[in-house]
Amino acid sequence: MASYKPTNIPVYPKLGEKITEETLYWKNYKTPIQIKEFGAVSNIHFSPVTPYNFAVTAFTRIHLYGLLSQEPVKTFTRFKDTAYCGRFRSDGQLLVAGCEDSVVRLFDVSGKVALRMFKGHTKAVHVTDFTTDRYQILTGSDDYTCCLWDIPNSAQLNTYQEHTDYIRCGVTSQLNRDLFVTGSYDHSLKVFDARVDKSVMTINHGHPVESLLLYPSEGLLVSAGGRYVRVWDLLKGGQPLVSLKNHHKTVTCLALSSNGQRLLSGSLDRHVKVYNTTSYKVVHNFDYPAAILSLALAPEDESIVVGMTNSILSIKHRKPSEEAKETAGHQRRRPSYRVYAHRKSYVPKQDDYLVSKPVRQHLAKYDKQLKKFNVSKALDTALETWIRGRKPEITVAVIRELDRRGTLKNALAGRDEQELSRLLSFLIANLVDARFAPVLITAAEMILDIYQSIVGQSPVVDKQLLHLQSLLERELDYQKDLLEVLGMLDTMFASSLPKVELPCSGISTSNGLPQGESTASRPQVQVN
Amino acid sequence: MFLLCASGESVKVFSTATEECLHALQGHTDLVTGVLLRPSNHLQAYSCSLDGTVRLWDFTDGILIRTYSIGYPIYGIYASAKHEGVIFIITPMHTDTNSELFQLVAVHLPQCGEQLVEAKELSAVLSNISSNPAASAFGREGQYIVSAKPLQLEVYFFKKQKSYSFFLKKDNQKGGKNTFTCITCHPTEDCIASGHEDGKIRLWRNFNHRKEYTYSTLHWHHSAVSSLRFTPEGTNLLSGGVESVLVQWRYNQESQRDFLPRLGGAITHISVSPDGALFCTSHSDNKITIIQSCVKVSAVIQGLVKGDRIRTDLMIEPRSKALVLNGKPGHLQFYSLQRDKLLYNLDIVQQEYIHESGLEQFEVVMAAFDASGSWLATVEERKQKAPELELNLKLWALDDQKQSFVLNTTISAPHEAQITALCFPHVSDGQTTMLVSTSRDGHFKAWQLAAPAHTEDEGPSWSCDFLGAYHSLVPECCCFSADSSLLAVGFQEVVTVWTPASWELLTTLSQPPGAVRDLCFGRLSCSKYLLGATTSKLLCCWNLLTCSLEWVTSMDVSLLLADPLSENMAAFCFEAGSTDLFVFKPGEPRPLFSHKALCSGRVTHAVFVPREVMLESCDEASQWLNCSHLYFLTQSMDLLTFITKAEEDKLTASSKQLVVSDDVAMTPFHLLLGKHRDQLENPQAESRLSVEPIRQPSSSAGIDELLQMPAHVLPSASFLCSMFVQSLLISVNKPSEQNKEKEEEMESEKEEEDSDGEMESRISRPEHMPSGESGCAAPALTKEEVRELRRLKKLDHSWMKGLLDQ
Repeated sequence: MASYKPTNIPVYPKLGEKITEETLYWKNYKTPIQIKEFGAVSNIHFSPVTPYNFAVTAFTRIHLYGLLSQEPVKTFTRFKDTAYCGRFRSDGQLLVAGCEDSVVRLFDVSGKVALRMFKGHTKAVHVTDFTTDRYQILTGSDDYTCCLWDIPNSAQLNTYQEHTDYIRCGVTSQLNRDLFVTGSYDHSLKVFDARVDKSVMTINHGHPVESLLLYPSEGLLVSAGGRYVRVWDLLKGGQPLVSLKNHHKTVTCLALSSNGQRLLSGSLDRHVKVYNTTSYKVVHNFDYPAAILSLALAPEDESIVVGMTNSILSIKHRKPSEEAKETAGHQRRRPSYRVYAHRKSYVPKQDDYLVSKPVRQHLAKYDKQLKKFNVSKALDTALETWIRGRKPEITVAVIRELDRRGTLKNALAGRDEQELSRLLSFLIANLVDARFAPVLITAAEMILDIYQSIVGQSPVVDKQLLHLQSLLERELDYQKDLLEVLGMLDTMFASSLPKVELPCSGISTSNGLPQGESTASRPQVQVN
Repeated sequence: MFLLCASGESVKVFSTATEECLHALQGHTDLVTGVLLRPSNHLQAYSCSLDGTVRLWDFTDGILIRTYSIGYPIYGIYASAKHEGVIFIITPMHTDTNSELFQLVAVHLPQCGEQLVEAKELSAVLSNISSNPAASAFGREGQYIVSAKPLQLEVYFFKKQKSYSFFLKKDNQKGGKNTFTCITCHPTEDCIASGHEDGKIRLWRNFNHRKEYTYSTLHWHHSAVSSLRFTPEGTNLLSGGVESVLVQWRYNQESQRDFLPRLGGAITHISVSPDGALFCTSHSDNKITIIQSCVKVSAVIQGLVKGDRIRTDLMIEPRSKALVLNGKPGHLQFYSLQRDKLLYNLDIVQQEYIHESGLEQFEVVMAAFDASGSWLATVEERKQKAPELELNLKLWALDDQKQSFVLNTTISAPHEAQITALCFPHVSDGQTTMLVSTSRDGHFKAWQLAAPAHTEDEGPSWSCDFLGAYHSLVPECCCFSADSSLLAVGFQEVVTVWTPASWELLTTLSQPPGAVRDLCFGRLSCSKYLLGATTSKLLCCWNLLTCSLEWVTSMDVSLLLADPLSENMAAFCFEAGSTDLFVFKPGEPRPLFSHKALCSGRVTHAVFVPREVMLESCDEASQWLNCSHLYFLTQSMDLLTFITKAEEDKLTASSKQLVVSDDVAMTPFHLLLGKHRDQLENPQAESRLSVEPIRQPSSSAGIDELLQMPAHVLPSASFLCSMFVQSLLISVNKPSEQNKEKEEEMESEKEEEDSDGEMESRISRPEHMPSGESGCAAPALTKEEVRELRRLKKLDHSWMKGLLDQ
């Protein structure tokens, strides 16, 4: 005697994006905290030391935020005009910033007034950075020059006038105190060595360069400009490694995730894309409400901070990890677990006679009812709110099973207004779903057959029927449109594909084949 | 406990404990219609047959005791303990005409010791009755006999020599049909239970008065009740029908019922063991179920499952070499041809089977194995009407641990219309596994096993790789070349050849008029040929090197097959109402073998089964059978095969020695048309190759006898051991002197040896040398002396063997 076979619930492929480890990782952030700044947020920089405050440069101010605070910890306001590129020194004590008024200011993080003012540029300074030895400052300006300054005596050490357009990005080497790279709107990247008077390497990006990033190993350089993100191999003399074109507007900022495995790029197209740095494929994508100007990641990816043109600063914090939660849960449940563990761990000995209990087949409620041929009840169970809302495939599978048994009509008949409207609302919600349509159309036809005599008696049912009708009309229009598009595509493909000369033999005795193709098929046949 | 079952022309005796067939009681020359235990002796049984004889058997030993010749076809047999020496049989009223009228006749069996007895004392009891043996029954203690006609119940009382009739209206108010289908009587009370067409059961009482009879109605079955039986004590009534649910009603408390559902096919017969401990149901799908008191199925005796119709091709599972075809509804059956045994049923549809007439079920319409046997593809469909067609393509992977197929991918609605053909490539290149399906919607699709896109998915699954079409014609068939580098798809009149590597259309071949029905590539040295059968009765052969037609011959090919192990191809041609077989090589103009009028009707299913051991036959006419067997299924569902002359000799020899050997494999299909096969076999006796039932190849008679007997009927192992060893010894002696008579003598000697073996073995030692010499040098010795010497010689061997073992 075979056991009852439960209703087969087909597994439909999930639509939409696939769930990968990446999406799980990058989705594991809380809803963003949004802070309104005074103007477009042009730069964000994390302090390299604990407590990892970050400096947000927006309009004429630089705000310092703590990792978890929503209010600025400290504010630097002594700028005459728009401030640019507030950056921490590697010990987190000093902060440097450029300004529209061409003066570079150096602040003590604990103080308010600028410690030093470096004057020498003639136009706005968009790039500032500390060198690795901590005693010098690199600046780049709209006057096409970049300079090195000495902090102790605020003297200008060196000036490089090699770029032919605004310098908008620059980065110093973390391993060598004399090396730095600048990027300019003249489409070029230049690598400078402070020990010589000119650039040691020039790389053409092909678009105005907006952002630069050096890998921790400093073998690779990433540049962003136009819609492109390009990776260059510095050790091979600036050879292009890969060019990524995943944004559809200018890429404005770059960041590396803490372990160097992922590269993030933000763009004016309001997306932040995450790339795998081994395959350079996009593995995740964040959407933001406005064009993105700046982007930074806290150490260990604890938070993602994004600054936008609409002067909104968005901070996403990572959710506390699951493990911590689980261990806490385990501890609470442990005593009861032990009781059962004792029983479960009993292993029968070799010569023990095992008396096994027959395994009872577990059946879902609708299956139990189907087993007893209670068709109407089974349909009712399958139409319960949570099933029809969450898992319409179960409802559809039960309807299909009833149809297969030839009892669908019996199950649908004899329902009152409330039950009928429940059925109709399920049909309205799922009828046009391509996965369910074949089954539900049969059911809809039966419902109309059975209940056509009562049309006009209940306003609720009438309204739903009208709704269903309009839904079907709309669907028909869609299908018609789709067929038209398909036809158009067919003609386009037919005209664009190269014409293949197909040997087509007529009724004539020789099935002629062009010489080239017949030789091509010959070796395959002669293998045997 | 033994179970007797009428099967074709024999009665089979099964053991209820082991499900093993012990003997087949053979002797009848036509369909056996009834089996009955002899009321006076429970170790003997009567059987009746359409050949006009009633035979009495000792079924424990499988011996025919007596044959009573009646002279008329017998449709049913009844007996009662009260009527000693009388049996009641159903025979036609007019012997020569094929009339629909039958009568119940009492036959006095003459008491004499002869084997063949002619029973002449016939007296009619009831006339104009139903031929259905279930529609008549003996009443309490044989006092009366009841018989049911379509709408009439007739009770004949032996004491009063009087019969009463009770009538029912043709239809009751609710439109149910009142026609009687079966009948049974309570063993201790005056109560008759009758089953009806509309599923009702009526219990008739008080029927010894014409007017005052009463009946009560029980209703559970939704369609006709096919069998009814009371338990021996009369406490329960068992009923069964097409629902395949055994229902047990409590007598006098009919509202209490027990059910045993999902037994398999429709229940055709129910029987109860005399002690009431075991019930037994036989099913329409060639199955017998033994049930312990309506609680548990204790044994299932299952032959080759007889499905409604075979829609899949016959296939061979490449690993177990089992024959695969449709079995139970929604299942595929795996049947071992070597062991003549059903291996298992694979549930393809995986849905509860609801039996209801007019309900459209999912049917498995197509199946295919890949070359290595690790994948199985099946197609199931429901509702043949175009707009509502439900199609599923399922792919099953072989699970090495379970040794069965596990569902891997279900593709619902793989095509928009019915699938016409399904094929796997013969060799896979190791990286890609592919499947091609063609459909009425004008497309063919290539499916490929693709690795999962993401690592966390369970495993590889199948997806569509290519969709091909040709001028919106309907593809009917497809075939891969032997090296799988080419795919030929027949689009009506046009054969298109594609390369699966890049899915390019390489060439088209056409030979109108007539659509291509079947396509087949040649194998091995003939792999350059492509053969196609068309609806306009042409068989075309194209040479793919020149892309030209090699030859055409006019024959109405219904099936074209290629032997996987040789160049041979088999074509079944339909000619003037019967099928001819031609076996040929595509490259040679002359057929290797042809057989006209193989069977009537079309042959649509056939398969080449690779042999385990290649034959080295040099006989020209049977050379094509060296690599493979050819099995085919006729329209009347007989499964037939070809054997060579040598095999036939071996078979007849072994069947002489072995009483046990029988044609188990034949029974399911044979049951239906055993007679038909007979006619088929006779004309072919002249031809060198004959169509024979499948038989087990046997090595040694003694060992077979030992191994095939069920353990519980064998004597003790110590007794068997010496017999076994002796049987081995005889075979050693065979080459030196083989004589049929002497062998028989030796058989008789065995008894003596056991008793006095110990003493004589001592004497035998010194006499060893002389005995060897005298055996060959002195032919003048008397028979007695020769026998003595031979015995000594044999004993000496066994003694030496004992020494060696030490």
